[in-house]
Amino acid sequence: MVRKIANPHRTIRTIPQDRTPIPEQPPEVRRSNFLEVALGYRSQDATLESERCLLCTDKPCVAGCPVGIDIPAFILKISEKDYRGAYDVLATSSLLPAICGRVCPQEDQCEAVCTVADTLEPVAIGRLERWIGDMAIEEGWASIPYSRPNGFKVGVVGSGPAGMAAAADLAKAGCEVTIYEALHEAGGVLRYGIPAFRLPNAVVDAEISNLTKLGVQIECNTLVGRLFTIPQMLNEMGFDAVFLATGAGYPRFMGIRGESLAGVVSANELLTRANLMDAGDFPQVGTPLGMGEEVAVIGAGNTAMDAMRVALRLGAKNVHCIYRRTKEEAPARAEEIHHAEEEGVQFHWLTAPIEILGNGDGRATAMRNIRMELGEPDDSGRRRPVPIPGSEYEFRADTIVYAIGTNANPIMGQTTNLDLNEWGYVKTDEEGATSMAGVYAGGDIVSGAATVILAMGAGRKAAGAIKRYLGIRSVERDETRGPYGVRPGEKIHTRLMMPSGAKYDT
Amino acid sequence: MPQNLKILGRDDFSPSTFALEVYHPQLAIAARPGQFVIVIVSRGAERIPLTIADFDREKGTITLVIQAVGQSTKQMQDEMVVGASFLAVVGPMGIPSKIGHAKKVVCVGGGLGVAPLFPQLRAHKENGAYVMGVVGFRNENFLFWEKKFASYCDELIICTDDGSAGIKGLVTLGLEQSISKHDDIDEVVAIGPPIMMKAVAETTRPHAIKTVVSLNPIMVDGTGMCGGCRVRIGEETKFGCVDGPDFDGHQVDFDDLMTRLRRFAADEHLALERWQESCLAKGVTSGKENR
Repeated sequence: MVRKIANPHRTIRTIPQDRTPIPEQPPEVRRSNFLEVALGYRSQDATLESERCLLCTDKPCVAGCPVGIDIPAFILKISEKDYRGAYDVLATSSLLPAICGRVCPQEDQCEAVCTVADTLEPVAIGRLERWIGDMAIEEGWASIPYSRPNGFKVGVVGSGPAGMAAAADLAKAGCEVTIYEALHEAGGVLRYGIPAFRLPNAVVDAEISNLTKLGVQIECNTLVGRLFTIPQMLNEMGFDAVFLATGAGYPRFMGIRGESLAGVVSANELLTRANLMDAGDFPQVGTPLGMGEEVAVIGAGNTAMDAMRVALRLGAKNVHCIYRRTKEEAPARAEEIHHAEEEGVQFHWLTAPIEILGNGDGRATAMRNIRMELGEPDDSGRRRPVPIPGSEYEFRADTIVYAIGTNANPIMGQTTNLDLNEWGYVKTDEEGATSMAGVYAGGDIVSGAATVILAMGAGRKAAGAIKRYLGIRSVERDETRGPYGVRPGEKIHTRLMMPSGAKYDT
Repeated sequence: MPQNLKILGRDDFSPSTFALEVYHPQLAIAARPGQFVIVIVSRGAERIPLTIADFDREKGTITLVIQAVGQSTKQMQDEMVVGASFLAVVGPMGIPSKIGHAKKVVCVGGGLGVAPLFPQLRAHKENGAYVMGVVGFRNENFLFWEKKFASYCDELIICTDDGSAGIKGLVTLGLEQSISKHDDIDEVVAIGPPIMMKAVAETTRPHAIKTVVSLNPIMVDGTGMCGGCRVRIGEETKFGCVDGPDFDGHQVDFDDLMTRLRRFAADEHLALERWQESCLAKGVTSGKENR
């Protein structure tokens, strides 16, 4: 049942000129809760925005998407009000539309190359994707093909975005897939790293339950490499192939004086305590947060923004961002910086820490910073920040958070003979094959710290390579289970429990 | 067959120290001397790192020795009785101790550190080394595993603060006795409170005897992700969880370690007080010291 759409012959002059705004929680309200900033489109917003897509023939957005979603096709389905159809288009390429619609840097990907953007603001592809993703969760839609088992067993190490994406593709191909996760909850960075106001736990839960519905086994509390090794998986445990998606981990520090003081933590530590261990509820829970009132975060990437905004929500009086370059060079998404600014984060651009000072009893109380100016471009093409002599000053801070990137986690290197590159990341070919037959890798453990969508893209690519390695050519569908493997009225997802008040109506 | 993570045995050494034998056959097979696990007692509880004090591959168990000092460990003392189960036990974590070609080894353990010392001591003995044990306790009431140690030691010196068992004095006194008796010690292994490991490292430094210590920093995930367990080793920052827990005792900045171990002291105090109150309210008396 396809409805007629308004304005089938779209031109840049006839489409709605303005990007449809997304209802947002006001900064002064949201800075004290963990609900999402953007509350999501209503159906009229989505319809209106879908009509801004020119349905152009060269579709630059598809090439701009790391997982190659047929973007105009799903947007057209929204215009046609065929939402299930829109979901099915998304689901053929993306495992996690509700997640990617939220955390993908669309402004650097699909939206950056959108034809509409030549003249107007680009189509809000991410917002539309999220809207369909959320609807799928609410409605219980899932793309579960009930493939016949092909007898192959594949092990996935790590339950973050790369592992989830690979597991879903392999399970859909009929493989018996087991994901091993070292932490006590699945989801990887989606769980311990990205805070609930950017990615609600209910969305992560729904996507993980989607995986288990596909037949994927998830074993938490399992540290691969130490409890058993990759060679053991292949030789003793009956796995035909293994996909390594352990993430980068291992946060960097600067090596300046005072780094050992209490109150100096990595962003990973603060976020893990807050997100995974719910330390904001201490002492109702067992894990303390260890955060003070004057919080300074070093770095200006997405992790830094997350750490600062979590700090605000957990009661910090003042939150500062210390970054040695300018706002233009900051690696965080523009939207995240904007949100942090709105919520009251104080930005100190062109500033670098040189020392952390303590109270004599092991607690940080202040930092010494130095002002910087931009010099000649460095290897990254960005202008190198140079200290301005004599510009040092002291700055009160009892919590100093390092968000300056991560190094490779050493566990895989310690426990396998896999070839690693000079930085300790796993060496692979373009498809994710490592130096060990049957072992593939992808995500941050290969690329170094990157994004959720790039990790998912790597997971899907490796899943394709694993299928070829195993000689899986075709997938036998079980047609008795209906076109989507879902019987009429059967709910596949757990229902998305949006916190009350999250439904925004104007 | 018992269910995974179930407590199959428990041995209370003193009013505050106890050993738990936990069923986890896969972990018992994988465990090597020097490695640790992270346990979670119940929903919402902390992740607590504990060094593996023993493993029995036939029974499929690992042994953990715990001192009930804070809220989490007191909760464990109360709730982890035979038949109960942990919510999670993950590991083995950390790089196993290197049991190399040392011919003559002194294994020094203080207090609770005596327990995790045992697998290393046994491994050195099984490797053919001449093994001397030096173990220290507050007094005879805190003494444990002396028979277990004696069966793997060529010489065993027990030290107590008050002389109620063995010699009167700190483990460094026992260690000095061993060093003066043997001039060909290849390696000293020390596990115990940081202050003890520091003293051991200072005792062996003038003799230039290789000294390996096992560090116990505060950590969250135990997989290298949070960096909470960072320690200063010479000029470098290392993570206790994935670069250790064993390090060269002569390189470790123990003062830094001790400072970092105190960083949640106020929170730990708060959690403990709160928990003891809730125990009193529930009529459970064991939350208090010296039941």
